[in-house]
Amino acid sequence: MKPPYEIQRFELRLSGLGGQGILTLGKVLGAGLALEEGYFVAQTQSYGPEARGGASRSDLVISSQPISYPKPEQLDLLVALSQEACNQYYRHLKQGGYLLVDDSLVKQTPTNIYWGLPFTTLAKEKLGMVQAANMVLLGALAHLVPFVVPRAMKKGLETSLSPKFLESNLKAFQLGMTQAKKKYPNVQTQWTSF
Amino acid sequence: MPTKVKKNHRKEERSLFALGNEAVVEGALLAGCSFFAGYPITPSTEIAEIMAERLPRLPDGVFIQMEDEIASLGAVIGASLAGRKSMTATSGPGFSLMQEHIGYASMTEVPLVIVNVMRGGPSTGLPTSPAQGDVQQARWGTHGDHPIIVLSASNVQECLDMTVRAFNLSEKYRSPVILLLDEITAHTREKIQIPNRETYEIFSRIKPSMPPEWFVPYEESMRGVPPMPALGEGYRFHVTGLTHDVNGYPTSRPEEVEKLMQRLFRKIDQFFYDIQIIEETACEDAEVVVIAYGCVARSAHLAVLQARELGTRAGLLKLKTLFPFPRPAVERFIRQCRAVIVPEMNMGQMSREVKRVNNGLSSVRTLNRIDGQIITPAEILKVLQKA
Repeated sequence: MKPPYEIQRFELRLSGLGGQGILTLGKVLGAGLALEEGYFVAQTQSYGPEARGGASRSDLVISSQPISYPKPEQLDLLVALSQEACNQYYRHLKQGGYLLVDDSLVKQTPTNIYWGLPFTTLAKEKLGMVQAANMVLLGALAHLVPFVVPRAMKKGLETSLSPKFLESNLKAFQLGMTQAKKKYPNVQTQWTSF
Repeated sequence: MPTKVKKNHRKEERSLFALGNEAVVEGALLAGCSFFAGYPITPSTEIAEIMAERLPRLPDGVFIQMEDEIASLGAVIGASLAGRKSMTATSGPGFSLMQEHIGYASMTEVPLVIVNVMRGGPSTGLPTSPAQGDVQQARWGTHGDHPIIVLSASNVQECLDMTVRAFNLSEKYRSPVILLLDEITAHTREKIQIPNRETYEIFSRIKPSMPPEWFVPYEESMRGVPPMPALGEGYRFHVTGLTHDVNGYPTSRPEEVEKLMQRLFRKIDQFFYDIQIIEETACEDAEVVVIAYGCVARSAHLAVLQARELGTRAGLLKLKTLFPFPRPAVERFIRQCRAVIVPEMNMGQMSREVKRVNNGLSSVRTLNRIDGQIITPAEILKVLQKA
Protein backbone atom coordinates (compact mmCIF):
# COMPACT_ATOMS: atom_id res chain seq x y z
CA MET A 1 0.00 0.00 0.00
CA LYS A 2 1.59 3.24 -1.14
CA PRO A 3 0.48 6.44 0.53
CA PRO A 4 -0.88 9.06 -1.86
CA TYR A 5 1.35 11.88 -0.58
CA GLU A 6 5.06 11.79 0.06
CA ILE A 7 5.67 13.07 3.59
CA GLN A 8 9.18 13.57 4.94
CA ARG A 9 8.40 13.91 8.61
CA PHE A 10 5.21 15.61 9.68
CA GLU A 11 4.91 16.37 13.36
CA LEU A 12 1.52 17.02 14.89
CA ARG A 13 0.61 17.70 18.49
CA LEU A 14 -2.89 17.43 19.93
CA SER A 15 -2.96 19.16 23.29
CA GLY A 16 -5.44 20.20 25.91
CA LEU A 17 -6.85 18.93 29.18
CA GLY A 18 -7.46 15.40 30.43
CA GLY A 19 -11.03 14.36 29.58
CA GLN A 20 -11.24 16.22 26.26
CA GLY A 21 -10.69 13.00 24.35
CA ILE A 22 -7.24 13.90 23.08
CA LEU A 23 -5.74 10.42 23.47
CA THR A 24 -8.74 8.82 21.71
CA LEU A 25 -8.44 11.34 18.90
CA GLY A 26 -4.74 10.55 18.49
CA LYS A 27 -5.54 6.87 18.34
CA VAL A 28 -8.27 7.26 15.70
CA LEU A 29 -6.21 9.65 13.60
CA GLY A 30 -3.14 7.41 13.80
CA ALA A 31 -5.09 4.26 13.01
CA GLY A 32 -6.66 5.90 9.96
CA LEU A 33 -3.33 7.16 8.63
CA ALA A 34 -1.37 3.98 9.38
CA LEU A 35 -3.83 1.26 8.51
CA GLU A 36 -5.92 2.88 5.77
CA GLU A 37 -3.43 5.22 4.12
CA GLY A 38 -0.25 3.22 4.67
CA TYR A 39 1.86 5.91 6.32
CA PHE A 40 4.37 5.21 9.05
CA VAL A 41 2.89 6.72 12.19
CA ALA A 42 4.31 6.90 15.70
CA GLN A 43 1.84 8.18 18.25
CA THR A 44 3.13 8.94 21.72
CA GLN A 45 1.31 10.45 24.63
CA SER A 46 1.95 12.36 27.77
CA TYR A 47 -0.42 12.93 30.60
CA GLY A 48 -0.37 13.66 34.29
CA PRO A 49 -1.38 11.22 37.01
CA GLU A 50 -4.87 12.83 37.20
CA ALA A 51 -7.84 11.27 35.39
CA ARG A 52 -9.43 14.60 34.48
CA GLY A 53 -8.23 18.15 34.35
CA GLY A 54 -4.47 17.67 34.13
CA ALA A 55 -2.51 18.58 31.02
CA SER A 56 -2.84 15.97 28.31
CA ARG A 57 -1.24 15.64 24.93
CA SER A 58 -0.90 13.21 22.10
CA ASP A 59 1.92 13.53 19.57
CA LEU A 60 1.95 12.04 16.11
CA VAL A 61 4.89 11.74 13.77
CA ILE A 62 3.75 10.86 10.28
CA SER A 63 6.11 9.89 7.48
CA SER A 64 6.41 7.90 4.26
CA GLN A 65 9.63 6.41 5.62
CA PRO A 66 10.13 4.34 8.77
CA ILE A 67 10.31 6.55 11.85
CA SER A 68 13.27 6.31 14.19
CA TYR A 69 12.77 8.98 16.84
CA PRO A 70 9.11 8.76 17.87
CA LYS A 71 8.75 12.15 19.57
CA PRO A 72 8.24 15.43 17.72
CA GLU A 73 11.04 17.97 17.74
CA GLN A 74 9.57 20.84 15.74
CA LEU A 75 5.85 20.83 15.16
CA ASP A 76 4.28 21.30 11.75
CA LEU A 77 0.82 21.54 13.23
CA LEU A 78 -0.23 22.29 16.78
CA VAL A 79 -3.80 21.70 17.89
CA ALA A 80 -4.57 23.41 21.19
CA LEU A 81 -7.81 22.81 23.06
CA SER A 82 -6.89 24.92 26.08
CA GLN A 83 -5.28 28.28 26.66
CA GLU A 84 -2.59 26.70 28.78
CA ALA A 85 -1.65 24.18 26.10
CA CYS A 86 -1.54 26.91 23.49
CA ASN A 87 0.77 29.04 25.62
CA GLN A 88 3.01 26.15 26.54
CA TYR A 89 3.48 24.46 23.18
CA TYR A 90 3.39 27.39 20.78
CA ARG A 91 7.15 27.72 21.09
CA HIS A 92 7.59 24.15 19.81
CA LEU A 93 5.97 25.11 16.52
CA LYS A 94 8.45 25.31 13.66
CA GLN A 95 8.85 28.45 11.58
CA GLY A 96 5.80 28.55 9.34
CA GLY A 97 4.00 25.78 11.21
CA TYR A 98 0.24 26.01 11.64
CA LEU A 99 -1.79 26.50 14.76
CA LEU A 100 -5.35 25.21 15.11
CA VAL A 101 -7.27 26.20 18.23
CA ASP A 102 -10.69 25.75 19.75
CA ASP A 103 -11.55 29.44 19.76
CA SER A 104 -14.32 28.96 22.28
CA LEU A 105 -11.64 27.95 24.81
CA VAL A 106 -8.47 29.64 23.59
CA LYS A 107 -9.22 33.34 23.83
CA GLN A 108 -5.76 34.64 23.25
CA THR A 109 -3.56 33.31 20.45
CA PRO A 110 0.10 34.26 20.22
CA THR A 111 -0.17 34.95 16.48
CA ASN A 112 -2.76 36.27 14.08
CA ILE A 113 -2.12 33.44 11.62
CA TYR A 114 -4.13 30.51 12.90
CA TRP A 115 -7.14 28.39 12.26
CA GLY A 116 -9.88 28.70 14.85
CA LEU A 117 -13.14 26.81 15.21
CA PRO A 118 -15.33 26.50 18.31
CA PHE A 119 -15.25 22.69 18.55
CA THR A 120 -16.54 22.46 22.10
CA THR A 121 -19.37 24.94 21.56
CA LEU A 122 -20.33 23.23 18.33
CA ALA A 123 -20.45 19.84 20.00
CA LYS A 124 -22.49 21.21 22.89
CA GLU A 125 -25.00 23.23 20.85
CA LYS A 126 -25.41 21.26 17.65
CA LEU A 127 -25.01 17.74 19.01
CA GLY A 128 -25.85 18.18 22.67
CA MET A 129 -22.72 16.24 23.58
CA VAL A 130 -19.68 18.08 24.78
CA GLN A 131 -17.66 14.83 24.66
CA ALA A 132 -17.95 14.79 20.86
CA ALA A 133 -15.71 17.84 20.50
CA ASN A 134 -12.72 15.66 19.61
CA MET A 135 -14.52 14.14 16.66
CA VAL A 136 -15.66 17.57 15.47
CA LEU A 137 -11.98 18.44 15.55
CA LEU A 138 -11.13 15.31 13.56
CA GLY A 139 -13.67 16.39 10.92
CA ALA A 140 -12.00 19.79 10.71
CA LEU A 141 -8.57 18.18 10.36
CA ALA A 142 -9.90 16.03 7.53
CA HIS A 143 -10.74 19.21 5.68
CA LEU A 144 -7.71 21.31 6.61
CA VAL A 145 -4.87 18.80 6.30
CA PRO A 146 -4.49 17.46 2.75
CA PHE A 147 -3.27 13.96 3.65
CA VAL A 148 -5.95 13.38 6.28
CA VAL A 149 -8.52 11.81 3.97
CA PRO A 150 -12.14 11.76 5.22
CA ARG A 151 -12.76 8.24 3.93
CA ALA A 152 -9.74 6.86 5.80
CA MET A 153 -10.73 8.64 9.00
CA LYS A 154 -14.24 7.21 8.86
CA LYS A 155 -12.71 3.78 8.39
CA GLY A 156 -10.42 4.51 11.35
CA LEU A 157 -13.46 5.42 13.45
CA GLU A 158 -15.10 2.15 12.54
CA THR A 159 -12.08 0.07 13.53
CA SER A 160 -11.27 1.83 16.80
CA LEU A 161 -14.70 2.65 18.24
CA SER A 162 -17.44 0.32 19.38
CA PRO A 163 -20.49 0.28 17.06
CA LYS A 164 -22.63 1.72 19.85
CA PHE A 165 -20.94 5.11 19.57
CA LEU A 166 -20.16 5.04 15.89
CA GLU A 167 -23.20 6.90 14.61
CA SER A 168 -22.92 9.88 16.96
CA ASN A 169 -19.20 10.12 16.29
CA LEU A 170 -19.68 10.07 12.54
CA LYS A 171 -22.24 12.85 12.95
CA ALA A 172 -19.73 14.91 14.90
CA PHE A 173 -17.08 14.18 12.28
CA GLN A 174 -19.40 15.39 9.50
CA LEU A 175 -20.25 18.52 11.47
CA GLY A 176 -16.59 19.39 11.90
CA MET A 177 -15.93 18.92 8.23
CA THR A 178 -18.82 21.14 7.06
CA GLN A 179 -18.00 23.86 9.58
CA ALA A 180 -14.34 23.90 8.55
CA LYS A 181 -15.33 23.98 4.88
CA LYS A 182 -17.64 26.92 5.57
CA LYS A 183 -15.05 28.96 7.40
CA TYR A 184 -11.98 28.00 5.36
CA PRO A 185 -13.19 27.17 1.84
CA ASN A 186 -9.79 27.41 0.21
CA VAL A 187 -7.23 24.99 1.60
CA GLN A 188 -3.98 23.77 0.17
CA THR A 189 -3.90 20.45 -1.66
CA GLN A 190 -0.26 19.82 -0.72
CA TRP A 191 0.99 20.73 2.74
CA THR A 192 3.35 23.69 2.77
CA SER A 193 4.30 26.00 5.58
CA PHE A 194 2.91 29.49 5.23
CA MET B 1 -21.00 -17.33 35.03
CA PRO B 2 -20.71 -18.88 31.59
CA THR B 3 -18.23 -17.04 29.41
CA LYS B 4 -18.55 -17.16 25.68
CA VAL B 5 -15.62 -19.21 24.46
CA LYS B 6 -14.40 -17.87 21.17
CA LYS B 7 -11.72 -19.25 18.96
CA ASN B 8 -9.01 -16.71 19.36
CA HIS B 9 -6.33 -18.38 17.32
CA ARG B 10 -6.47 -16.34 14.18
CA LYS B 11 -4.07 -17.84 11.74
CA GLU B 12 -3.67 -15.24 9.05
CA GLU B 13 -1.27 -12.32 9.21
CA ARG B 14 -2.86 -9.02 10.11
CA SER B 15 -1.79 -5.50 10.93
CA LEU B 16 -2.83 -3.44 13.89
CA PHE B 17 -2.26 0.11 15.12
CA ALA B 18 -1.30 -0.78 18.63
CA LEU B 19 0.40 0.35 21.82
CA GLY B 20 3.64 -1.31 22.89
CA ASN B 21 1.68 -2.88 25.74
CA GLU B 22 -0.92 -4.26 23.32
CA ALA B 23 1.90 -5.72 21.24
CA VAL B 24 3.22 -7.50 24.34
CA VAL B 25 -0.18 -9.15 24.79
CA GLU B 26 -0.34 -10.13 21.11
CA GLY B 27 3.15 -11.60 21.39
CA ALA B 28 2.33 -13.50 24.56
CA LEU B 29 -0.83 -15.00 23.08
CA LEU B 30 1.06 -15.88 19.92
CA ALA B 31 3.67 -17.66 22.04
CA GLY B 32 0.93 -19.67 23.72
CA CYS B 33 0.62 -17.86 27.04
CA SER B 34 -2.56 -18.98 28.80
CA PHE B 35 -2.06 -17.65 32.32
CA PHE B 36 -1.62 -14.12 33.61
CA ALA B 37 -1.57 -13.05 37.23
CA GLY B 38 -0.76 -9.47 38.08
CA TYR B 39 -1.58 -6.25 39.78
CA PRO B 40 -2.20 -3.23 37.55
CA ILE B 41 0.35 -0.44 37.72
CA THR B 42 1.05 2.49 35.42
CA PRO B 43 2.60 2.30 32.81
CA SER B 44 2.04 -1.44 32.39
CA THR B 45 -1.70 -1.43 33.13
CA GLU B 46 -2.81 -2.01 29.52
CA ILE B 47 -1.12 -5.42 29.54
CA ALA B 48 -3.26 -6.59 32.47
CA GLU B 49 -6.31 -4.84 31.06
CA ILE B 50 -6.13 -6.49 27.65
CA MET B 51 -5.13 -9.84 29.13
CA ALA B 52 -8.25 -9.68 31.32
CA GLU B 53 -10.28 -9.28 28.19
CA ARG B 54 -8.53 -11.77 25.94
CA LEU B 55 -7.54 -14.69 28.18
CA PRO B 56 -11.03 -15.70 29.39
CA ARG B 57 -12.03 -16.04 25.73
CA LEU B 58 -9.44 -18.75 25.19
CA PRO B 59 -10.58 -22.30 25.87
CA ASP B 60 -8.10 -22.66 28.76
CA GLY B 61 -7.10 -19.07 29.48
CA VAL B 62 -6.89 -17.80 33.07
CA PHE B 63 -6.51 -14.22 34.27
CA ILE B 64 -6.23 -13.43 37.96
CA GLN B 65 -5.84 -10.04 39.54
CA MET B 66 -3.83 -10.76 42.67
CA GLU B 67 -3.63 -8.80 45.91
CA ASP B 68 -0.08 -7.64 45.22
CA GLU B 69 2.97 -8.32 43.12
CA ILE B 70 4.53 -10.87 45.48
CA ALA B 71 1.45 -13.03 45.16
CA SER B 72 1.27 -12.35 41.42
CA LEU B 73 4.62 -13.91 40.71
CA GLY B 74 3.82 -16.72 43.15
CA ALA B 75 0.70 -17.56 41.14
CA VAL B 76 2.66 -17.40 37.91
CA ILE B 77 5.25 -19.86 39.25
CA GLY B 78 2.47 -22.22 40.31
CA ALA B 79 0.75 -22.04 36.94
CA SER B 80 4.00 -22.66 35.13
CA LEU B 81 4.70 -25.74 37.27
CA ALA B 82 1.23 -26.95 36.28
CA GLY B 83 2.30 -26.76 32.64
CA ARG B 84 1.04 -23.34 31.53
CA LYS B 85 3.07 -20.73 29.75
CA SER B 86 2.65 -17.91 32.25
CA MET B 87 3.52 -14.28 32.64
CA THR B 88 3.03 -11.15 34.67
CA ALA B 89 3.58 -7.46 33.98
CA THR B 90 4.52 -4.67 36.34
CA SER B 91 6.52 -1.50 36.83
CA GLY B 92 9.25 -0.40 39.24
CA PRO B 93 7.47 -0.59 42.63
CA GLY B 94 5.88 -3.95 41.76
CA PHE B 95 9.13 -5.27 40.36
CA SER B 96 10.81 -4.62 43.70
CA LEU B 97 8.18 -6.77 45.39
CA MET B 98 8.72 -9.58 42.89
CA GLN B 99 12.43 -9.96 43.58
CA GLU B 100 12.09 -12.75 46.14
CA HIS B 101 10.08 -14.94 43.79
CA ILE B 102 12.43 -14.27 40.90
CA GLY B 103 15.08 -16.03 42.95
CA TYR B 104 12.68 -18.86 43.71
CA ALA B 105 11.86 -19.30 40.01
CA SER B 106 15.55 -19.20 39.20
CA MET B 107 16.41 -21.86 41.78
CA THR B 108 13.49 -24.14 40.91
CA GLU B 109 14.02 -23.56 37.16
CA VAL B 110 10.50 -22.45 36.41
CA PRO B 111 9.99 -20.87 32.99
CA LEU B 112 8.06 -17.60 33.14
CA VAL B 113 8.08 -14.11 31.68
CA ILE B 114 8.04 -10.87 33.65
CA VAL B 115 7.45 -7.63 31.76
CA ASN B 116 8.73 -4.60 33.62
CA VAL B 117 7.70 -1.29 32.05
CA MET B 118 10.21 1.05 33.63
CA ARG B 119 9.06 4.37 35.03
CA GLY B 120 10.83 7.07 36.98
CA GLY B 121 12.01 5.95 40.41
CA PRO B 122 13.04 5.28 43.14
CA SER B 123 9.84 4.44 45.02
CA THR B 124 6.59 5.76 43.50
CA GLY B 125 8.69 8.24 41.53
CA LEU B 126 7.26 9.43 38.24
CA PRO B 127 4.40 7.06 37.35
CA THR B 128 3.75 8.44 33.88
CA SER B 129 7.33 9.19 32.80
CA PRO B 130 9.96 6.94 31.26
CA ALA B 131 13.25 5.83 32.81
CA GLN B 132 15.72 2.97 32.53
CA GLY B 133 16.60 2.68 36.18
CA ASP B 134 15.81 -1.01 36.72
CA VAL B 135 18.50 -2.49 34.49
CA GLN B 136 20.88 -3.65 37.19
CA GLN B 137 17.97 -4.56 39.46
CA ALA B 138 16.70 -6.92 36.77
CA ARG B 139 20.13 -8.56 36.76
CA TRP B 140 20.95 -8.56 40.45
CA GLY B 141 17.70 -7.70 42.24
CA THR B 142 17.14 -11.07 43.83
CA HIS B 143 19.66 -12.31 46.33
CA GLY B 144 22.16 -15.03 45.74
CA ASP B 145 24.31 -15.76 42.73
CA HIS B 146 21.98 -16.58 39.89
CA PRO B 147 21.88 -16.53 36.10
CA ILE B 148 19.05 -14.66 34.44
CA ILE B 149 17.99 -13.53 31.00
CA VAL B 150 17.01 -9.88 30.54
CA LEU B 151 15.69 -8.60 27.22
CA SER B 152 14.57 -5.19 26.03
CA ALA B 153 12.61 -3.69 23.14
CA SER B 154 12.63 -0.27 21.56
CA ASN B 155 9.62 -0.12 19.24
CA VAL B 156 6.16 -1.60 19.08
CA GLN B 157 6.93 -4.38 16.61
CA GLU B 158 9.89 -5.36 18.78
CA CYS B 159 7.61 -5.52 21.83
CA LEU B 160 5.75 -8.32 20.07
CA ASP B 161 8.85 -10.07 18.77
CA MET B 162 10.77 -9.86 22.03
CA THR B 163 7.81 -11.13 24.05
CA VAL B 164 7.73 -14.22 21.86
CA ARG B 165 11.52 -14.51 22.20
CA ALA B 166 11.18 -14.14 25.98
CA PHE B 167 8.73 -17.03 26.12
CA ASN B 168 10.88 -19.13 23.79
CA LEU B 169 14.03 -18.57 25.85
CA SER B 170 12.28 -19.19 29.16
CA GLU B 171 10.84 -22.46 27.88
CA LYS B 172 14.08 -23.53 26.26
CA TYR B 173 16.29 -22.90 29.27
CA ARG B 174 13.77 -23.26 32.12
CA SER B 175 14.63 -19.82 33.38
CA PRO B 176 12.69 -16.71 34.33
CA VAL B 177 13.06 -14.09 31.58
CA ILE B 178 12.61 -10.38 32.25
CA LEU B 179 11.52 -8.10 29.44
CA LEU B 180 12.44 -4.50 30.23
CA LEU B 181 10.35 -1.88 28.47
CA ASP B 182 10.03 1.78 29.25
CA GLU B 183 7.06 4.12 29.37
CA ILE B 184 7.75 5.51 25.88
CA THR B 185 8.02 2.14 24.19
CA ALA B 186 4.97 0.83 26.05
CA HIS B 187 2.84 3.89 25.29
CA THR B 188 3.79 4.46 21.67
CA ARG B 189 1.26 3.43 19.06
CA GLU B 190 2.56 2.13 15.75
CA LYS B 191 1.45 -0.18 13.04
CA ILE B 192 2.53 -3.75 13.68
CA GLN B 193 2.32 -6.97 11.74
CA ILE B 194 1.01 -9.90 13.71
CA PRO B 195 2.79 -12.84 12.15
CA ASN B 196 1.24 -16.09 11.08
CA ARG B 197 1.21 -18.64 13.91
CA GLU B 198 2.19 -21.43 11.58
CA THR B 199 5.40 -19.87 10.33
CA TYR B 200 6.64 -18.16 13.51
CA GLU B 201 8.97 -20.16 15.70
CA ILE B 202 7.35 -21.00 19.01
CA PHE B 203 9.25 -23.14 21.49
CA SER B 204 7.63 -25.16 24.27
CA ARG B 205 9.34 -26.85 27.21
CA ILE B 206 10.60 -30.37 26.68
CA LYS B 207 8.68 -32.96 28.67
CA PRO B 208 10.16 -36.21 29.94
CA SER B 209 9.76 -39.18 27.62
CA MET B 210 10.87 -41.95 30.00
CA PRO B 211 8.45 -43.97 32.13
CA PRO B 212 7.54 -42.04 35.32
CA GLU B 213 9.40 -44.45 37.61
CA TRP B 214 12.69 -43.75 35.80
CA PHE B 215 12.28 -39.98 35.99
CA VAL B 216 14.98 -38.02 37.82
CA PRO B 217 13.69 -34.42 38.05
CA TYR B 218 16.99 -32.52 38.01
CA GLU B 219 19.22 -34.98 36.24
CA GLU B 220 22.57 -33.75 34.95
CA SER B 221 22.77 -33.72 31.15
CA MET B 222 24.77 -32.19 28.31
CA ARG B 223 22.19 -29.47 27.75
CA GLY B 224 21.93 -28.78 31.45
CA VAL B 225 18.19 -28.23 31.10
CA PRO B 226 16.21 -31.10 32.62
CA PRO B 227 12.92 -32.07 30.96
CA MET B 228 9.94 -30.61 32.80
CA PRO B 229 6.68 -32.47 33.34
CA ALA B 230 3.55 -30.64 34.43
CA LEU B 231 2.24 -31.38 37.91
CA GLY B 232 -0.39 -34.09 37.66
CA GLU B 233 0.96 -35.79 34.58
CA GLY B 234 2.15 -38.82 36.54
CA TYR B 235 5.74 -37.75 37.08
CA ARG B 236 6.63 -37.15 40.74
CA PHE B 237 8.85 -34.24 41.59
CA HIS B 238 9.55 -32.05 44.57
CA VAL B 239 9.96 -28.29 44.27
CA THR B 240 12.00 -26.37 46.81
CA GLY B 241 13.91 -23.13 47.02
CA LEU B 242 16.54 -24.90 49.11
CA THR B 243 19.54 -26.19 47.21
CA HIS B 244 18.48 -29.63 46.08
CA ASP B 245 19.92 -32.85 44.71
CA VAL B 246 19.00 -34.43 41.38
CA ASN B 247 15.79 -35.76 42.93
CA GLY B 248 14.71 -32.32 44.07
CA TYR B 249 15.17 -32.90 47.79
CA PRO B 250 17.06 -30.43 50.00
CA THR B 251 20.76 -31.05 50.35
CA SER B 252 23.74 -29.21 51.73
CA ARG B 253 26.41 -31.66 50.64
CA PRO B 254 29.02 -29.47 48.94
CA GLU B 255 29.50 -31.74 45.91
CA GLU B 256 25.75 -31.76 45.20
CA VAL B 257 25.33 -28.05 45.84
CA GLU B 258 28.19 -27.19 43.53
CA LYS B 259 26.82 -29.46 40.79
CA LEU B 260 23.44 -27.75 40.95
CA MET B 261 24.84 -24.23 40.93
CA GLN B 262 27.29 -24.97 38.15
CA ARG B 263 24.52 -26.45 36.04
CA LEU B 264 22.26 -23.42 36.61
CA PHE B 265 24.99 -21.14 35.28
CA ARG B 266 26.12 -23.50 32.56
CA LYS B 267 22.71 -23.87 30.97
CA ILE B 268 22.66 -20.14 30.21
CA ASP B 269 26.39 -19.66 29.52
CA GLN B 270 26.83 -22.44 27.01
CA PHE B 271 23.95 -21.18 24.86
CA PHE B 272 25.14 -17.59 25.01
CA TYR B 273 25.04 -17.09 21.24
CA ASP B 274 21.44 -18.28 21.08
CA ILE B 275 20.47 -15.75 23.72
CA GLN B 276 22.49 -12.77 22.48
CA ILE B 277 20.24 -10.62 20.31
CA ILE B 278 21.70 -7.42 18.89
CA GLU B 279 21.03 -5.14 15.95
CA GLU B 280 23.65 -3.13 14.09
CA THR B 281 23.08 0.00 12.03
CA ALA B 282 25.83 1.53 9.88
CA CYS B 283 28.52 -0.22 11.89
CA GLU B 284 30.84 -1.65 9.19
CA ASP B 285 33.15 1.36 8.91
CA ALA B 286 32.14 3.16 12.10
CA GLU B 287 34.69 5.09 14.14
CA VAL B 288 32.25 6.02 16.88
CA VAL B 289 29.54 3.62 17.96
CA VAL B 290 26.52 4.40 20.10
CA ILE B 291 25.48 1.50 22.31
CA ALA B 292 21.84 1.91 23.27
CA TYR B 293 18.73 -0.02 24.23
CA GLY B 294 15.03 0.69 24.74
CA CYS B 295 13.53 3.98 23.58
CA VAL B 296 16.92 5.71 23.64
CA ALA B 297 18.02 3.44 20.77
CA ARG B 298 15.47 5.23 18.61
CA SER B 299 16.95 8.64 19.40
CA ALA B 300 20.40 7.19 18.78
CA HIS B 301 19.30 5.84 15.39
CA LEU B 302 18.29 9.28 14.19
CA ALA B 303 21.42 10.86 15.71
CA VAL B 304 23.66 8.35 13.93
CA LEU B 305 22.04 9.05 10.56
CA GLN B 306 22.38 12.80 11.15
CA ALA B 307 26.02 12.40 12.16
CA ARG B 308 26.72 10.43 8.95
CA GLU B 309 25.26 13.29 6.92
CA LEU B 310 27.57 15.68 8.74
CA GLY B 311 30.59 13.52 8.01
CA THR B 312 31.14 11.60 11.25
CA ARG B 313 31.45 7.87 10.68
CA ALA B 314 28.95 6.83 13.34
CA GLY B 315 27.20 3.55 14.00
CA LEU B 316 24.58 2.12 16.32
CA LEU B 317 24.68 -1.10 18.28
CA LYS B 318 21.24 -1.80 19.68
CA LEU B 319 21.18 -4.26 22.55
CA LYS B 320 18.05 -6.38 22.68
CA THR B 321 19.59 -8.81 25.14
CA LEU B 322 20.88 -6.91 28.16
CA PHE B 323 21.87 -9.92 30.27
CA PRO B 324 23.80 -12.12 29.85
CA PHE B 325 25.72 -9.06 28.69
CA PRO B 326 26.52 -9.27 24.93
CA ARG B 327 30.22 -9.01 25.61
CA PRO B 328 31.58 -10.33 22.26
CA ALA B 329 29.55 -7.85 20.22
CA VAL B 330 30.52 -4.91 22.41
CA GLU B 331 34.17 -5.97 22.50
CA ARG B 332 34.31 -6.00 18.70
CA PHE B 333 33.35 -2.33 18.52
CA ILE B 334 35.59 -1.35 21.36
CA ARG B 335 38.52 -2.69 19.31
CA GLN B 336 37.27 -1.06 16.13
CA CYS B 337 36.27 2.40 17.35
CA ARG B 338 38.03 5.35 18.87
CA ALA B 339 35.08 5.89 21.18
CA VAL B 340 31.79 4.29 22.21
CA ILE B 341 28.90 6.31 23.59
CA VAL B 342 26.37 4.87 25.99
CA PRO B 343 23.30 7.09 26.34
CA GLU B 344 20.76 5.92 28.91
CA MET B 345 18.03 7.23 31.14
CA ASN B 346 19.78 6.40 34.39
CA MET B 347 23.07 7.35 35.97
CA GLY B 348 25.06 4.77 34.02
CA GLN B 349 23.89 1.20 34.64
CA MET B 350 24.74 -0.25 31.24
CA SER B 351 27.78 1.96 30.69
CA ARG B 352 29.15 0.27 33.83
CA GLU B 353 29.06 -3.04 31.93
CA VAL B 354 30.56 -1.49 28.82
CA LYS B 355 33.38 0.05 30.87
CA ARG B 356 34.02 -3.32 32.50
CA VAL B 357 34.37 -4.94 29.08
CA ASN B 358 36.30 -1.99 27.70
CA ASN B 359 39.07 -2.48 30.20
CA GLY B 360 40.91 0.64 29.03
CA LEU B 361 40.97 -0.28 25.32
CA SER B 362 38.85 2.55 24.00
CA SER B 363 37.14 5.62 25.34
CA VAL B 364 33.65 5.15 26.83
CA ARG B 365 31.47 8.27 26.94
CA THR B 366 28.28 8.31 28.93
CA LEU B 367 25.21 10.44 28.43
CA ASN B 368 22.74 10.30 31.27
CA ARG B 369 19.37 11.83 31.83
CA ILE B 370 17.19 11.26 34.88
CA ASP B 371 14.50 13.94 34.63
CA GLY B 372 11.79 11.67 33.20
CA GLN B 373 12.38 12.86 29.64
CA ILE B 374 13.77 10.88 26.72
CA ILE B 375 17.30 11.65 25.55
CA THR B 376 16.88 13.57 22.29
CA PRO B 377 18.76 12.86 19.05
CA ALA B 378 20.28 16.35 19.29
CA GLU B 379 21.90 15.52 22.65
CA ILE B 380 23.42 12.32 21.30
CA LEU B 381 24.56 14.07 18.12
CA LYS B 382 26.41 16.64 20.20
CA VAL B 383 28.35 13.94 22.05
CA LEU B 384 28.93 12.04 18.79
CA GLN B 385 30.56 15.01 17.14
CA LYS B 386 32.80 15.68 20.10
CA ALA B 387 33.88 12.05 20.52
